[in-house]
Amino acid sequence: MIQTPRTSDVELGTEAPPPEAPRSPRAIRWARRRRALSGFWRTYRQSRMGMVGLVIMALFILVALAAPLLADKTGLNVSTPPGTPFESPSAQFPLGTDDFGRSVLDLVIYGSRISLLVGFAATAVTMLAGAGVGIVGGYYGGRIDTLMNAFTNWFLVIPWIALAIVLTSILGRSLFNIILVIGLTSWAGTARLVRADTLSVKERPYVERARALGASNWHLVTRHILPNVMPVIFANTVLTVALSILAETTLSLLGLGDPRNVSWGGIINDAFEAGALSAGYWWWLIPPGVCICLVTLAFTMCGYALDEVLNPRIRER
Amino acid sequence: MSVLSVRDLKVTYRTKGGDVPAVRGVSFDIDKGHVLGLAGESGCGKSTIAGAILRLHSPRTTIEGEIVLDGNDVLSLKPGKLRAVRWTGASIIFQGALHAMNPVRRIGDQIVEAITVHRMAGEREARVRAAELMEQVGLPQRRIDDYPHELSGGQKQRVMIAMALACNPSLVIADEPTTALDVMVQAQVLQLLKSLQRELGLAMLFITHDLSVLVEVSDRLAIMYAGLIVEEGPADRVFHEPAHPYTKALSGAFPEIGDQRFRGKPSGLGGDPPDPQRIPSGCPFHPRCAVVTPACPTLDVELWDAGAGSRAACIHVSGAPSLAASEG
Repeated sequence: MIQTPRTSDVELGTEAPPPEAPRSPRAIRWARRRRALSGFWRTYRQSRMGMVGLVIMALFILVALAAPLLADKTGLNVSTPPGTPFESPSAQFPLGTDDFGRSVLDLVIYGSRISLLVGFAATAVTMLAGAGVGIVGGYYGGRIDTLMNAFTNWFLVIPWIALAIVLTSILGRSLFNIILVIGLTSWAGTARLVRADTLSVKERPYVERARALGASNWHLVTRHILPNVMPVIFANTVLTVALSILAETTLSLLGLGDPRNVSWGGIINDAFEAGALSAGYWWWLIPPGVCICLVTLAFTMCGYALDEVLNPRIRER
Repeated sequence: MSVLSVRDLKVTYRTKGGDVPAVRGVSFDIDKGHVLGLAGESGCGKSTIAGAILRLHSPRTTIEGEIVLDGNDVLSLKPGKLRAVRWTGASIIFQGALHAMNPVRRIGDQIVEAITVHRMAGEREARVRAAELMEQVGLPQRRIDDYPHELSGGQKQRVMIAMALACNPSLVIADEPTTALDVMVQAQVLQLLKSLQRELGLAMLFITHDLSVLVEVSDRLAIMYAGLIVEEGPADRVFHEPAHPYTKALSGAFPEIGDQRFRGKPSGLGGDPPDPQRIPSGCPFHPRCAVVTPACPTLDVELWDAGAGSRAACIHVSGAPSLAASEG
């Protein structure tokens, strides 16, 4: 009755006139969400860069999920290697073997799990902390903002790698700590961006209108500020995943990674320590490096494409 | 009983460059079903009054005086109660509908928001009400799921009016609702506002710098200059037989077609409104006044009776104290 026929068409999948039966608000909301999502996908598909990025990203995520099917985990154990050390690529080991005789291909496949997991989890930490600090500071202003800003700047000016090294040595080398450390050292940039955007959004007349409406601070932040800051957060998220994967690589390369797990950075670190560069074991160094490049590139491409799609101000319908 | 009663309202903005007294002692009442028009040049404090009625100014801005809206003393309300009074006691039709709507939310949701914020109805009932409101302001119901950028300027202003009516407020404050609209659309929006006001028996505070608009919609008119009301009275009387020289200059700026006096060019008013931080002494209008007397720069003006229900803050009106008395 209030809804347009369009909604019903999507819901019923037919061109039939909408039924006059009353529908619950939840059904209305879900129908609208479905419609919004399909519209989003239509726009996203038009970006070639975004699609290429998405395909590469999907490929890596698929490999990470299917790792147990693609590689044998027992072969990753240094005491039960399937081959002899430093074998060059062959039919049995397409990417050769490492110093223990483990298949580099299997290592890279399992490494994608850790690299992606750290990338996503560290990004979640970054986004929650960054968006939280940025919005609270920007929205409330005054003394709270000064405090939050000082805190943010403090994290910004500290060289992240030095802070990360100190933190990992204090907290210990585990997967959880790596995620925490990357999150803690990279949220400041996001907080700045979000704060700047919040400052501009909160001065818009519609926020004043909502305040005149009798809306609470919580309502204003969640319903008006957040949706308008979201494009910045979201586009930033995807880019942060790429940066987090790089950060994990850096930490592992410096020997600060979790020794119990294989990650791409960890493989490169092992190769370096075993002198792969001077001995010419290219199959050990290049594959994880290429994977890092590809994944980082894929996330960056998706990030730019998303920014174009999600920003309603530059989107056309 | 009046819906809104404002007594000796003073609003001072605190800025880095010092205090800016934007409103310097304004009193007025609006009764149920009546429209008060508030006019004046830019920067005379019109919109500041609108913001003060719902206490929308930043906490650093000081508001003195008394504002009684629907029996609530707005200036002493606790934050929770204040939020409850906002929009249900008085709603605002903001100037520039284009920016007063959230670009990323559907207009229907934004009308519903007003209702659900006050828990006046559930989401579903609120949507039904929003659809009714859309009809009431002359928009097709199917536009309810549109985004603000899909509407024209006039349609957006209609949505703003629908929002303002959502919670059945006692008072609607229209803050320059027709600026940035072309003349045809302006006329349509005015007509809509006037008919809704009559139909619903609303009290309305209509703010604009366009006197010709005000005389169409208002019962009474108040003319502001430098943070003060300088003339107040029945709309027709104030517009056609102004008592204050400032009002004379304002209404003289609107040429009447067919009237011999307006042959050539409409008369205007020289000079600029005073800087709120450097308001002239005595009658603030004296530096620009055509009929200034030697007493004006030192005379403390207030609203004196100007006959026929009008009052004006000018030494020349009949109710003003004699020059001799004021000098003594």
